[in-house]
Amino acid sequence: MRQLADALLVTLLGVDPATWPYAWVVYGAVMLASAALAMTFVALFAGPVTVVERRVAGRMMSRIGPNRVGPQGVIQWLADGLKCFLKEDLIPDAADRPLFRLAPYLVFGGMFGTFVVLPFGAHLVAADLNVGVLYLFAISSIVVVGILAAGWSSNSKWGLFGAFRSAAQIISYEVPSALSALTVVLFAGTLSLQGIIREQGGMPWDWFVVRTPFTFAAFFLFFTSALAEGNRTPFDLPEAESELVAGYHTEYSGMRFLFFLFAEWANLWIMSAVATACFLGGWNIPGVSPATIDSATGLSFWGLQLLSFIVFAAKTSALVFIVIQLRWTLPRLRIDQLLEMCWKYLVPLSFACLLGVMIWAWGVTVGSLVDLGMRLVMTCVGAGIAFHYARRVRFNYMADRDNYLKMTGKELWYPPYRLP
Amino acid sequence: MVSTVQTAVGQYLRNISNAVFSTFEGMAVTMSWMFRRPMTIQYPDKIEKPIEETLPDCYRGILEVDTGVCTGCTACMKACPIQCIRIEVGKNAETAERFLQRFDIYVARCMFCGLCSEACPTGAIHHTSHFEIANDKLDNLLLHYVPGEPIPVYKPKKDVEPVRQPKGQPYLAVRALCAHAWRKEDHPDGSAPAGGGPK
Repeated sequence: MRQLADALLVTLLGVDPATWPYAWVVYGAVMLASAALAMTFVALFAGPVTVVERRVAGRMMSRIGPNRVGPQGVIQWLADGLKCFLKEDLIPDAADRPLFRLAPYLVFGGMFGTFVVLPFGAHLVAADLNVGVLYLFAISSIVVVGILAAGWSSNSKWGLFGAFRSAAQIISYEVPSALSALTVVLFAGTLSLQGIIREQGGMPWDWFVVRTPFTFAAFFLFFTSALAEGNRTPFDLPEAESELVAGYHTEYSGMRFLFFLFAEWANLWIMSAVATACFLGGWNIPGVSPATIDSATGLSFWGLQLLSFIVFAAKTSALVFIVIQLRWTLPRLRIDQLLEMCWKYLVPLSFACLLGVMIWAWGVTVGSLVDLGMRLVMTCVGAGIAFHYARRVRFNYMADRDNYLKMTGKELWYPPYRLP
Repeated sequence: MVSTVQTAVGQYLRNISNAVFSTFEGMAVTMSWMFRRPMTIQYPDKIEKPIEETLPDCYRGILEVDTGVCTGCTACMKACPIQCIRIEVGKNAETAERFLQRFDIYVARCMFCGLCSEACPTGAIHHTSHFEIANDKLDNLLLHYVPGEPIPVYKPKKDVEPVRQPKGQPYLAVRALCAHAWRKEDHPDGSAPAGGGPK
């Protein structure tokens, strides 16, 4: 944000930020504005994505989903939010009142704190910390405290079970997620998220995910552990509704309940954005190097900022869709399976990836023939997987098409953009 | 010993590949559903034709009495396990002609078991496919099939087909009840429903 504030000072006021005595006022205002902007962004993401998820879920279950509030249900989330506003804020008699009141804010704070280092565009980041990745893992662990506090203070067996599971799950999955994120840190040589993004490029073969087979595997390991850390299905044991009512937020209602849900949905963006930044090239615009964005001035500077944000948002949204799709594809794991998967599979595999990346980074120089060849091979592998996926989707569709026509007399084809 | 280790390692690798491939295939399946037509019928306001027409013939909706072919035998009244049918048959003392004075069905109590329509010798009492009987007054659910003057009972004659009311057109009491329920297709101009149900 500092560069942005400096750019603002130079463009609007025509003063040199290094010598101007009132620069701190502008910096303070920019800080507040960026916090407010990030908050607005979270709110405007977490709300509508609930509708998107419900519509996608509907289509994947051969339903329609909410389409009555507003045109095609686009303001369903406002109605839901308003409903939670109007609900009574119940606190159980036996609850630990101060903790019970505090817990939602801890969860929300842990989630919102990550937005400090989360980049949106080339210079659109609240603070480019040089310990960005470390900060990210540290601050997101506060969520565990909030969840444990919520479950404990509710004084309900469902809440406590949910909280215990959540603590076990999030702390366990922190290990593989950090280890697999370390692979890109090794490559980039920096913990700063912006630095990691700058080390990559706009084109798919410049991304860290295709640098080596190890980072390729690390991407999926990271994605899986991020899912588990965000309590998303198939790892949503803390709130497994079929066994624990709603887990740690069973006893919550109204606004406090909304805070938990808010954090949960915002987490969708966070996990996808971190995966995008670390592995998928972040905001890098194809064909434009980060240096070009730095040296641009005036209108083209802001245009490139906007473009980089669009690129970043597009990649992140694609990952968000995959997270949503996974929720409606996989059944929930059992708690022993969940921990077994973490400690027996993800942790050793991410260690192996880390080791492989270490050897690779030590033995292969960037830009050498081996490096370029491996990038090409891995890009082809990635493209091949995507192609095979499209073929399997088509196969599954074609398997039912003729029978559907015969049985109902209607065409089966109903693309996602056609809204009933 | 070696074989045990080999089996364990093989199982470990198999587990990984199973997880990867089953997730991949599962996602291919769910993705393919994004391109398929949803099954949902958006009842009641976004349907292609009235819901009554899409129901099967044997659907047991609210009862309807074709008083033109009712013999006044009261078999339905006796068959009804919960006494929701009330029939009064009068007799003209001079001409010895029998007539229906009253034929009421209390739809609110009817459980749509169909025993009355099975007992009916002429098929005068039968189920329709109408079922939207939500109403603001319980009294409206008491249907009078003899709304005004007494109706002479039907006498079956040999080789003469009785004149039945056309199929698919509910008798007045049913029609009045269903008109009471406000439906968008019936009122394209958005007007309020006329009448207050059966009198």
